[in-house]
Amino acid sequence: MSEMWTAKLRNKWQKNLPIEKLLPDDQPAYVASWIYTFGVLTLSALGVIIFSGIILAFEGPAWYHTSHVGKFVNSLHFWSVQLFFVFMVIHLWGKFWMAAWRGNRFATWMTGAVAFIASIATAFTGYLVQTNFDSQWISFEAKDGFNSVGVGAWFTVTNLGQMLLLHVAFLPLILGALTVVHVLLVRKRGVVPPIDAEPTSLSEVKR
Amino acid sequence: MSINKELKHEFDAAPWNGSTKRYDIVKEGTIALVFVLVFTVGLSLLMGSPDDTPLTFKGWAVSNSDNFYATAVQELAGTSGTATYGAPYNKASDGLNLGPLWLQKWVGVTRPIDSVNDFVISPLSTQVLSGDIANALSTWNAAVETQKQAWAKAYDDAIKKVEGNLASVPAGAYGPVPALAKGLTEMAKAGALDAALLSQGGFFQTDNTKQILFFGDGSYLDDAGTAANLQGGTWGMMNETGRYPGQAWLWLYSFWYQIPPFNNEESKPIGANADAYIMAMMGVLSLGLILIPVIPGIRSLPYKVPIHRGIWRQYYETQGIKRRRK
Repeated sequence: MSEMWTAKLRNKWQKNLPIEKLLPDDQPAYVASWIYTFGVLTLSALGVIIFSGIILAFEGPAWYHTSHVGKFVNSLHFWSVQLFFVFMVIHLWGKFWMAAWRGNRFATWMTGAVAFIASIATAFTGYLVQTNFDSQWISFEAKDGFNSVGVGAWFTVTNLGQMLLLHVAFLPLILGALTVVHVLLVRKRGVVPPIDAEPTSLSEVKR
Repeated sequence: MSINKELKHEFDAAPWNGSTKRYDIVKEGTIALVFVLVFTVGLSLLMGSPDDTPLTFKGWAVSNSDNFYATAVQELAGTSGTATYGAPYNKASDGLNLGPLWLQKWVGVTRPIDSVNDFVISPLSTQVLSGDIANALSTWNAAVETQKQAWAKAYDDAIKKVEGNLASVPAGAYGPVPALAKGLTEMAKAGALDAALLSQGGFFQTDNTKQILFFGDGSYLDDAGTAANLQGGTWGMMNETGRYPGQAWLWLYSFWYQIPPFNNEESKPIGANADAYIMAMMGVLSLGLILIPVIPGIRSLPYKVPIHRGIWRQYYETQGIKRRRK
């Protein structure tokens, strides 16, 4: 039984991320600053982005030009993206000044930073599929940057079909996966202790 | 790693064994979601979202007929921005480089564009044309390449010589080129060119590359970008039309275009290849962001700048921990 891959995976999961860690009902007392709210605010904004994005995907990229409801949903999508980035950047700066990669949390930092870059790519493709003047302008201007380093040979910013598929399928999958891994790592490793906080004895560490 | 450092690392990595407090993660998440929803709905109702109508070839040909006409001639003569671009559209130039790295050239032509046929001849061929333009098209199609080039180049030079003032262009051996440019201008004015450029004789199409590139060859798109304050030299990469915030997160990318040598196309090699250098720099900086925890100097900043004293103020006060200079 213990040799089964499924059993091994379950045992490993239960050891590293028991339900008490995944859904905790307590946390270290040092978590007492408004800066800690920006992680969950970023996640919440991502939730609104995905929800409004799914509605827009059902109706197509040109829907909001002609429908009041479409315009409202597009506005929800637009503003939730703006809030998402504000929250995420504050979260990122906060984690930097906490040196939050300490104590085997390098992977947590790395997945967060890659998620930030993936978010920029996702938002950029979103601006390209607005099917308005701005997307005409951005695609014309941006093509030179991508072409100059050879990337434009495959990543064609002037190709609405390609950008739309990347925006609603590929990039959200990447960003979603990174976010899930990032959050699971946070739950697994816990919130980093304060800088300057040190153990008074070895017994405090070797628990 | 010294014993102290090792001990500290283990302490940071170990599950917290100090004092704790109650924490309702589900409640926190719900409150955050409601807060963001209310904020987003409020902003959406108050501000809406940007939606400036896209430009059309009809708008261009009607509002600035001479510029459209002259651009059509450039496409035929092979002197437009697209015709002389290089990879990935054609082999007309080597493109930009990063020192010895000619990445743009090396990847080759993956999105071939023939400005003569794709922008002018093919769209015209889809129309029922008046006699003079139909004759011009037949003459063009029957001519050899060198003859076509000679006609188009002569007419393009003549237009440039009189600085686009079409009424002042002297008579010359331009062949069917003036009639073809006139035919394409009429087609654009009638609103038929947008769809013809997209479809290229097919039915399903989702690639707007040819339309966008043709737009960029004239002054219509550029003027509209300037009027909307979207030019790269004025932080345009991160601006949005109207009163809306744009992609502010691209500030660092936009920043490089504001300073020398990147903002001077005459400055070689960097200014002349600014797009390539800035893309490469942003790639390196992005990698740097990911690897901050292992970059000496930067990874030590949080210890040296006491912002953490504010974040964990309560903890430090209750524990009586003074700041240590690292």
